Formats: sequence, structure tokens, C-alpha cells
Amino acid sequence: MDSDPKGDGLRVGVFVCDCGLNIAGTVDTQAVTDYAATLPDVVCAIRNRYTCADPGQNEIKKAIAEHRLNRVVIASCTPLQHEPTFRTCVAEAGLNRYLMEMANLREQCSWVHPSDMEGATRKAKDLVAGAVARARNLQPHDDLSVPVTKRALVIGGGIAGMEAALELADSGHQVVLVEKEASIGGIMAQLDKTYPTMDCSI
Amino acid sequence: MNVSGYIGNFTAEIRRKARYVDPEACTACAECAQVCPVVKPDEYQMGLSSRKAIYIPYPQAVPSSYILNMEDCLGTNPIACGKCAEVCEPDCINYDDRDIIVKRDVGAVIVAIGADVYDPTEMDEYGYTRFDNVITSMEFERLICAGGPTLGHFVRPSDHERPKRIGFIQCVGSRNPSIGRPYCSNICCMNTIKDTLLLADHYPDVECTVFYQDIRAFGKSFEDMFQRSKEAGTRYIRGIPGDIEEDTETGNLTLIAENTTSGKIERHEFDMVILSVGVGPPKDLAKISSLLTLSKTSDGFFMESHPKLKPVDAPTRGVFFSGFCESPKDIKDSVCQAGAAASRAGALLNAGQVHIEAITSVIDADACKKCGVCASVCPYGAITWKKGEVAVVIDAACAGCGNCGAACKFDAITMRHFTDAQYMAQIRAILAEDPQDKVFVFACNWCSYSGADMAGISRMQYPASNRIVRTMCSARVSEDMVLEAFRCGAPVVLVSGCHYADCHYITANRQTVQRVQRLWNKLEKAGVRPERLQLEWISAAEGQKFAKVMAQMEELRKTVTEEEIEYTIEALKPKPRKPKKEKEAAAVAG
Repeated sequence: MDSDPKGDGLRVGVFVCDCGLNIAGTVDTQAVTDYAATLPDVVCAIRNRYTCADPGQNEIKKAIAEHRLNRVVIASCTPLQHEPTFRTCVAEAGLNRYLMEMANLREQCSWVHPSDMEGATRKAKDLVAGAVARARNLQPHDDLSVPVTKRALVIGGGIAGMEAALELADSGHQVVLVEKEASIGGIMAQLDKTYPTMDCSI
Repeated sequence: MNVSGYIGNFTAEIRRKARYVDPEACTACAECAQVCPVVKPDEYQMGLSSRKAIYIPYPQAVPSSYILNMEDCLGTNPIACGKCAEVCEPDCINYDDRDIIVKRDVGAVIVAIGADVYDPTEMDEYGYTRFDNVITSMEFERLICAGGPTLGHFVRPSDHERPKRIGFIQCVGSRNPSIGRPYCSNICCMNTIKDTLLLADHYPDVECTVFYQDIRAFGKSFEDMFQRSKEAGTRYIRGIPGDIEEDTETGNLTLIAENTTSGKIERHEFDMVILSVGVGPPKDLAKISSLLTLSKTSDGFFMESHPKLKPVDAPTRGVFFSGFCESPKDIKDSVCQAGAAASRAGALLNAGQVHIEAITSVIDADACKKCGVCASVCPYGAITWKKGEVAVVIDAACAGCGNCGAACKFDAITMRHFTDAQYMAQIRAILAEDPQDKVFVFACNWCSYSGADMAGISRMQYPASNRIVRTMCSARVSEDMVLEAFRCGAPVVLVSGCHYADCHYITANRQTVQRVQRLWNKLEKAGVRPERLQLEWISAAEGQKFAKVMAQMEELRKTVTEEEIEYTIEALKPKPRKPKKEKEAAAVAG
């Protein structure tokens, strides 16, 4: 996939999320948006109420088409939560999944500096500047796709392992169940009665 | 046992241990055990009765077959013993049986290695090793069980008499930070309630007293059981005994406890005391953890991918948790989690294909100087190299930690999606304005960055001076990345990663330590205070530590003067290229 199929040069779009008041309650998101618009190669900077919700995602897709964006920066929450969401979003708009970068304004700014709005906003601007700089250097990639061996390994033959193995086997998968002791059963097999039903363990 | 590979494509090498008895042919007739002269404590019965060297673990064992414990066996030589083989009618005993390594390719792994029951030997204040009539709740299970050593006749060990007054002590090995077990073991309250009901059912004249901190009966129908236990006459006293005394004549025990409801110190005499022992991470956890590159939380159990949203996924893709090894839970919860883990694994197997992130390492064959350093630092053995040859990355085996990229001195390695150019641009942009006010933080994806998220989720406050950049592993942070941050005017740079033994990339963060040490030497040589570069291990669970470290970094930052920063920028300027290289370049150009 080409990162710049139309030969437009770099065209970065920045989307700053309020996350309701989760971010906007502490970070001046409008100031961050205005600042983002001044950064190199940024051709549009848009503030959203909830970027991850459908209207927010639709706005990103619309801007990608309208502004011929070839890099996207989303200044919202931790990438550990929503990176897959926004990668899918930009991909649906025809952009390569790897041309999206995030800045973490919620977990790293608003939620941890609630009594320092100015400091949190300054930090948010820097994180956005860093994300834009990184985005300008991003390259498109294709995920590697590999086949899956249709067999599962379950390590441990106690109640948790036996149940998992049976469930998988019942749904038609081969299972290798490994138990280090001479018999499966685990700790449960040593119990007499078990609560709350007061019936035998074996 | 060994497991290699990655999501969808693991290879497990399993040691099939020798049983010395053919489980297919064995009829479980017990002739062998009858003639075996070796007597050993029976592990299944908690050592309360004996077994032979050849034995069946318990009547309902699966496989339903005898097994010979070669460590207990007198000898396989017929002169030494060999009695069992003589009497075995189906001829299924084979002294020459050997362990076999079995290889299996699998697409998903479910880890269900359970827990270890707490051994109260170290907590001697309850006299477990000194007094016969102090037993654990696991020993209770065997003593009350019809299949137990006393056939269900509940007697006390000292005189085989039936005890009438029974004391239970809760939280033995749980909620006790002084022995490194601060967590609640989840099951012990309900187990004791169950025990009191069993005793009341078997012996209506029995008097049970339970010493507790809190009774945690929160599950479905649990409160009902608790009330029934009280109605059956069980006394619940809030207060954990501090001491125990034995009457050497009668074998009776006196517990001394502060009743925290009345505020009085009380003495209670019992015929028998049962320690309601907790459960802890299994001793095999560290081994399985390193096989599958898993992490553990501060309580020692496995860490899940997300505490709410991915509770059965391991941070390593394609690996799932079931049962106790993830956190203490009872049978019902273990069964629920087993179903969830099977469902997650099944979804992966059904999909047939899996996408792997394009964050692997790429070697530029022209720039490669064939030194082999990358291959030597790769924790996955994903880089092959022979002397005099260009190194080659096996894409599918590369986990993308970036250690090789940081180690290559010739810029011959590019980490897909985490390139040097991207990091340099990011560092420069973040430090473009007022760098003197900023602490520059490199945080690894799996632990420290997640630790920062944890601080956020928990709303912990810390100074806003830091600027965090994410790397997959702390070992991705190259010397040049750190130096660039200093060159851009950063007063303090922090490199943070997973705890030393818990690196998500097996051992990659050992390289982090070496690299930081080299940098400290370099800084010192250049006349820059080495402590301005800090190294910290912060796990994903340690939001509090992250906040604390950020406050410390801010204090450190305040000690760095403008002059120091200016000097540093000058002192760390990249040296002009060596004339030899220029000559070479000129020769090529010419």
C-alpha cells in the first residue's frame, strides 16, 4: 500500500477527543486543537466529544476523504485500549492501518493532573506534537497473516484444565491435556464435599 | 517441557513420564501393591496413611492404573526385589520404561496450573509442627472423607478419639503481609463454613468455634450457608488467635485470642484445632511463565491482559488462563473461567488465520556488517547468523521487542513501525519548547506504559512535567535515543521497563541494563551527571509506583541547572565522522 498514493505530500489530520469531561474537564482541548493546527503538515484539526463513538469515527472518515489525509493522529486515550478501534476506523476510510498514531491525553494528562489544568494542557500539546512528528514518519505496512494449527494445549489437569479441555473437545477441537501427576483431578479430587452444594468432589 | 513459537503456531515438547506400568493393560487388581514391601506416606491422604512404591493414587484415578514410583522402588533387579512383576498377571510392569519426549504443534495454549495449598510450617505460633492435634483444612478433608484413612470416622491424631470441641483459625497464610501473602485466598471462609456444617451433620454434639477477621460469604447461596452454620451452633469469634498452648497430658489445646467485638483477651480450650490454610501461586508458575513469556501480579499469580475486559487472555497472544493460577477462586468460578478460556481459544482455532502486527525487525543487507550482535541479543532466537554472513530475521518468530535494532551499531536494522527516524522526530518535537521543564520518559508497552495507564485509571496524581514515549520493550531504547533527548535539552531522562525477571520479551531487558550502564559511563566521561539518566522497573500493576517515580523525577529535575543543560548539549554533540570513512566515501564517489 502506498502511503501517499496521490502524490499530495504529507497531509496530517489531528482529532482531539473531549471524552465527555474525562479529558475536557482538565485539558483545554480547544487550545490543544488550535495548537495542533499550527504543527507541520497538519491540514485539519478537529475536536470531538467522543472520538471512539460512531459520530466521532464518522468524522474521522469524512475528514480523511475531504482533506485527502494520509496520516491521522488521534489525541484521546491510551493506545492499549483503542488503537485497534482507530486502526480499523482509518482502514475503513481507505488508509493503511499503520498510518494512525495516538496521543494519550486521558490516562497521562487529565486523569493524573486534575489540579493542574495548565500543566496538563501543556503536556497534552507536547504529546500531540510528538505524535504528529511520529505520524509524519509513519510508513504503511501489511499485517502478517499466519495459519493457525487447529489443536490446543491445556497445561494442568485440575478442574480448571479438565473443564477447558472438555469444552474445546466438545466444540470439535483436538486437545492435548498435560498433567504432571499420575492422575488428573488436581486439588479438587482431594476434597471430601464441596460448597455450596455439599456433594462429593469426585 | 518446552513451548516455542507464537500465536497459532506453538510447538510443545512434552515429557511423557515413565509409569513403569502399562495403563492400557493394567486391570487395577492390586496384586502388585500387596506384595510390594516398600511403605511410604500417601500424598493423596496428606500423609495420614501409607501407600506402596507401586500404587494407584486413589480409587477413582484417571487413568485407572497403578504406577510405580521408581524413587521409592527397591530395585528393578530381580535379586533386589522384583516381586510386583512376578505377581502381575497381565504382565504390564516394565522396569525399563523410560520418559519419552512428545512433540505436538498447537495453535492455542490454556494455562491451568492451579495453586499450592499453604504449608503453615513457617507460622509456628499455631504449633502445626509441635502439636499433634493441630491440623490443616486439607488434612480435615481427608479425615472427614469416607474414602479417607479413617473411612470417614473423624478422630484426632494424638489418641484416635473423636474430638468434641473443635476450633478453626481463619486466614492462615492469607491476608498476612508479614509472610508475603497480603491477598485473600477467596475460598477458606466458605470452606470452613462447609466444614462446620459437615461436622454438625455427622456429629450433632460437636461444638465448633471459628476465629476470623471477616467472614466473606458473598457468592450465590453463600450467606444462606453461613446462617445455617450459625443455626447449627457454630460460634463465630471475631479475632485471630495470637498463641496456642497444649496440655501435654490430654493433648487438648488452648487458643488465646483477642475478641475484637468485646475487646477482651479470651482463652478457649479445644480437643482439636484446624488451620484454615490459604492458597498461593504454584511453584511451577515461574517455569511456565518463562516458557510462555507471561508476567505475574504483585501477589504472584499470573497477570491477565486486562483486569476487566480481557480477564482470561494472557499478555502473550494465543495463551489463556483458567482457574486458580490467575487468581484465587472456587470451583464454580474455575469452571466459569475454564469455559471462557475455551471459548477464547476456540475462537482463535476456528478463525484458522491470525494477523500478526507488522512490528518485526528488518535487516538491511547492504548496511549489515555481519558482526552477529543482533543474533546474540535476540531473546527468541529469531535471527540467524553465520560468521561472515548477513544476519537473517525469521519474521514469524520475531516478537518485535526492538532489542536488535537498539544493539546494531551500523543502523542496519529497522524496526517496522518503531523506527529510529520516528523516535528521533518524536523526541525532538516533544522537547522543542522549554525542554528544561520536562522529564523525558521511555516506557515499555507491557509494564511501565501500562503502569502509567494504571495510575490514570486509579486517578493517582503526580507532577505534570513528564513526557512519555512508548517503546515495545525498554531494550528498544538505543543509546542514541537517550543521547538525543539530552541533546535536545532534557534535564532528566528515565528509561523504564518490566521488572528484571518479568520482561515480556523473556530476557531482553537485561540488555536495557547493560545499555544504561554504558550510557552512565559515557555521560560521566563527558562530564554529565550520570544520575540525570534514571532506570526504573515499574510493572503494569504498579500505578502507585509510577506516580511515586514521576514525583521523584520531578525533584531530580529541579536540581538540574540551565548551565548543566547547556553544557550537556555541547558535550554530547555527535562527533564529526572519522576521516577514514570520508576517504572511503570519496573513493566510492570517485
